[in-house]
Amino acid sequence: MVQADNLVEMRGIVKMFPGVLANDKVDFELRRGEIHALLGENGAGKSTLMSVLAGLYKPEAGTIFVDGKPADFNSPKDAIAMGLGMIHQHFTLINSHTVTENILLGLDDPRFLMRLHRYDKKMETLGEKFGLQVTPAAKIWQLSVGEQQRVEILKMLYRGVRVLIMDEPTSVLAPQEIEELFKTLRSMTVDGRSIVFISHKLNEVMSIADRITVLRQGKVTAAGIPTATTSKSELANLMVGRKVLFQLDKTAKEPGDVVLELRDVSSLNDKGLPALRNVNLKVRSGEIVGVAGVAGNGQTELGQVVTGLRRCTAGKILVNGEDVTNKPARVPIDSGVAHVPEDRTHVGTAPNLTITDNVIMKSYREPPLAKGSSLDHVAARERAEQLKDEYTILAPTVDTQVRMLSGGNLQRVILARELSTQPVLLVAMQPTRGLDVGAIEGVQRLLLKQREAGAAILLVSEELEEVFTLSDRIAVMYEGEIVGDGVEADAQKVGLLMTGGKKSSLEGTAS
Amino acid sequence: MMSNEAVKQTPPRRFQLPLQIRVEPRLEVPRWLSPVVSLGAIIVALLIGALILAIVGGNPFQAYAHIAKAAFGSLGVLSDTLVKATPLILTGLACAVAFRMKLWNIGAEGQFYMGALGASVVVLTGIVPEEASRFVTVGAMLIAGVVFGALWGFIPGWLKARMKVNEIITTLMLNYIAISLTNYFIFGVWSEGGFQMSHTFQRSAWLPRLSDYAEQAPILRGLTTHFGLVFALVAAVIVGYVLYRSIWGYEIRLIGDNPRAAEYAGINITRNTVLVMMFSGALAGLGGMSEIGGVVHRLQAAISPGYGFTGIIIAWLAKLNPIVVVPVAVLFGGLILAGREIQPAGIPRLIQGIILFMLIASDVLLRYRIRIVRRAERV
Amino acid sequence: MDPIIILHAGVATGTVLLFATIGEIFAERAGVLNLGLEGMMLIGAMSAFAVTVQTGNGGLGLLVAMLAAGILSLLHGLVTIHFQADQVVSGLALTFLGVGLSLVLGEGLSSAGAIALLPTYTIPVLSSIPFLGPILFTEQSVMVYVGYILIPLSWFYINHTRFGLHLRAVGENPTAADAMGVNVYRLRYIYVFVGGTLAGLAGGTISLAISPGWFSELTTGGMGWIAIGLVIFAQWNPWRAAFGSYAFGALRRTILDIQGPQMILGLRNPFFFNPYYGFFLQMLPFAFTIIVLIIGSREALRKRLGAPAALGLPYIRGERGL
Repeated sequence: MVQADNLVEMRGIVKMFPGVLANDKVDFELRRGEIHALLGENGAGKSTLMSVLAGLYKPEAGTIFVDGKPADFNSPKDAIAMGLGMIHQHFTLINSHTVTENILLGLDDPRFLMRLHRYDKKMETLGEKFGLQVTPAAKIWQLSVGEQQRVEILKMLYRGVRVLIMDEPTSVLAPQEIEELFKTLRSMTVDGRSIVFISHKLNEVMSIADRITVLRQGKVTAAGIPTATTSKSELANLMVGRKVLFQLDKTAKEPGDVVLELRDVSSLNDKGLPALRNVNLKVRSGEIVGVAGVAGNGQTELGQVVTGLRRCTAGKILVNGEDVTNKPARVPIDSGVAHVPEDRTHVGTAPNLTITDNVIMKSYREPPLAKGSSLDHVAARERAEQLKDEYTILAPTVDTQVRMLSGGNLQRVILARELSTQPVLLVAMQPTRGLDVGAIEGVQRLLLKQREAGAAILLVSEELEEVFTLSDRIAVMYEGEIVGDGVEADAQKVGLLMTGGKKSSLEGTAS
Repeated sequence: MMSNEAVKQTPPRRFQLPLQIRVEPRLEVPRWLSPVVSLGAIIVALLIGALILAIVGGNPFQAYAHIAKAAFGSLGVLSDTLVKATPLILTGLACAVAFRMKLWNIGAEGQFYMGALGASVVVLTGIVPEEASRFVTVGAMLIAGVVFGALWGFIPGWLKARMKVNEIITTLMLNYIAISLTNYFIFGVWSEGGFQMSHTFQRSAWLPRLSDYAEQAPILRGLTTHFGLVFALVAAVIVGYVLYRSIWGYEIRLIGDNPRAAEYAGINITRNTVLVMMFSGALAGLGGMSEIGGVVHRLQAAISPGYGFTGIIIAWLAKLNPIVVVPVAVLFGGLILAGREIQPAGIPRLIQGIILFMLIASDVLLRYRIRIVRRAERV
Repeated sequence: MDPIIILHAGVATGTVLLFATIGEIFAERAGVLNLGLEGMMLIGAMSAFAVTVQTGNGGLGLLVAMLAAGILSLLHGLVTIHFQADQVVSGLALTFLGVGLSLVLGEGLSSAGAIALLPTYTIPVLSSIPFLGPILFTEQSVMVYVGYILIPLSWFYINHTRFGLHLRAVGENPTAADAMGVNVYRLRYIYVFVGGTLAGLAGGTISLAISPGWFSELTTGGMGWIAIGLVIFAQWNPWRAAFGSYAFGALRRTILDIQGPQMILGLRNPFFFNPYYGFFLQMLPFAFTIIVLIIGSREALRKRLGAPAALGLPYIRGERGL
């Protein structure tokens, strides 16, 4: 018998992908009007489970009950019809369409003619009702990430969903925006709606959720625990299987000479709008400078101008005194700049080539791998084997195609390649994004090792905790400017800077 | 945890077979699978071709048997097959090189014509005097053919590199332009007595043939295989070296797989786009020169029955491997040679189309596999 | 070299390009690149002519042409949508297939006594409009009028209907469309089919109306490829496609006519005195296509607009989620 106040019940869900058992006989219950967190580290199976509930995947086994009745979804449309909607980590929005067009996508109404004016009004009203203001006629690419998220939520509300599933919604938000989101979510539950909040962040989960279910490697380790009855360390244990989260050894160090210097650097983004405005920054050898900021405030462009992948419209960039401004990407590489890019699959690696091919991407032009105009395949292979061992890349052989590797292993390939060149400057962009705890630990240790060896490290990360733990100096970016350099490792203060509040105004929360 | 209260209600079952067919992505592709799948694709294609032949009123068995005999049946026809294969090897190489970098060079046909034009210019405009030795004359023709072909590859390459202009259409348009240009020279400048061709070249502009040595070795009598084949084989070796052993080849492969990663690695994509297109054009141009110097010994209209397009299929069938291009080109050479006598005239083209289609359709078998599983029990 | 005559013929020939270009716009907006237009048009031309000669019914001929081309393009759809093969190579294979098939099946089709097998019309009131009347509404084949209607219809469909919204969504971000319940696979098949049928219609228009008869490969003379270039120039917009198509048609007619008169604008006409210069005239449509492409590409770069974002990429419903 299905419990009466359970809006949704999932029983014995099994979901497999080739080579991976993502969900191993998982049970999940959702009550009416509750905010239920689904907690687990990256790769634990949370998104998969909810994707099953949202109709995106069909499970190999198991049943779903909605309102006590069995439900069989063949597509997201079926799930939405039953009131279940999911907002994915990567937004499902059409960039070139307007807000209204996106909200109306997939619906049977309007039947034929798109009278957008009428619907624009509707969307505005809907937005006001839930405190999610939007400009209906704006195109998605013109909106900030936070605004885009509002559109996603409105999309679901317009369809009358009673269960809203949100997958890692806070990774793109600043602390103050997160508070706003939580307020909105709580107000939605007053009408009897339920929220499933997928996250790997303990703090947030403890702050927003009524009950928590923990997944670890595809299995449930705790089901529906009321938040009040548990603690961070207990949850961490359930999530990872270890009592205490790892400690990092960071020795105090006197930074050396300036390795990287940006002087009044300005640049445009892909849309032709200013992305960097008069940025001044210095990174010294043996120092980690952590740049905090909400995604979309110029961090990506910052990494790109330093590594020669984007032009500056003004300013100078110096590596060890050498001017590398607007030089082709070869120049910073030859000057000893290593780059761990944000996008592992589309920028950092060549998916159909082997591990060997990927690992020599920076060193193939020099001996011993280069012999005149030829590539010494034997030497390349040896090098790859060596790096595979040194960085514990888990794969059958060095001839395996890189697209087969998991996120963590992919990152190890990239790190092996970049770090083995003994760089003087390491630009690390979101290096631990999407990795499980073990991999995160590995990456952070490697960064610290490079710091020991005297490398200058520019770290850009959306995980405030990470920035606080690793950095010797913290800078904050907002709208293309460095609004704080050498700030205190305090979430409130940093959060304020991240959303545009200057250091002076510390009254209350910015809207 | 879940409490098992009272009776579990199971929804009424729809009738389902106990077995289920599932299509899932492959994790690893066994080495033997690729050639087997390709072979299977060709066989299926030939069967379909036979079917169509039968519908149209021909006799497929007769036709195929005729092809086999007419292409490989004796030393004489084998030699003729090799003659047809020579330009195919070169256009196949041209396409393979470009495709490796995901540059869709559909213009091998036009580059071929330009190569022929270039070789003819050298001879017919007296740049190289008639009395010059064969070595000098042929050498000049070679250079001209390669340069003209490379130029015809440079244009679409530069447009793509600098202005992101789609190379599929530019190379295609340049095909038509090259043919018109060549026709102008044939009809309007070099035509003699109103014929659709220039006068025959002097002997020093002829590539040596096997039959030239019939005196020394009577077995070589009547064999038309010419020195162009040597050019083609050498080219295959060079391309093989470049793609598999050289640094440039590594860069080409990297750009082809993920241009953004190549850019991130510091590789100059603009320059490589132009260079690779020029290399590709040069190979096709060499093919044109070889055809002029080795087969027809003059510039005439319609020197190519679509070698440039067949090159695309050859490259694809050879999986862009320059060494494999050689035997595949020989096969297609035989098809073209024997196919001349088959009615209706469109059959060789049709079969080529079916083969290409079957090849790309069969690729799916390399990426997915079919499994039959027992339907899992539901809770 | 009468401008009225040139423009009149331009509209007529341009109609062929119009059908093919708009058809391809539909397919590409849905995210599927179909390079097989030349083959589809040829199949359309051949089957339309063959059927009409046999049955005397032009409408039936066109219908068969559209079906034949449509079904062939579904093959391309199957291979690229379900088998996820490379769209470029599949399109080329489709061209070989279409060309080969039409040559084989069209063997023995005689063009003897080929006249326009479709009616031409003059629209009463509209044909009296000064300048435009004699060009657009006088003695034009029925297909030309069909073209006139197709332009606003397709524009309206794409931009102002719910179906158009879904079409555009599938080509811009199929993942998003799929998540919202739009059947990406089904829509892509439909619009590939639509593109094919319109290409078949274009071919039928040639062999039944514009250049009546069957001349094997010369029937289409590269127009399928030009249409693909025009799609880029048109920036995937039916109105611009119309402009481009008619302009090209006029160009073709100009090329034919320019070799006639001894004097042009008071100067000796080089094309009259040296007929071999005609070969350079032959190059013009193709050279123009390249120029038109360059213009289109630069505009796209400038306006940061351009192709439907997912054009040419197969859609695979995510296996690993990320």
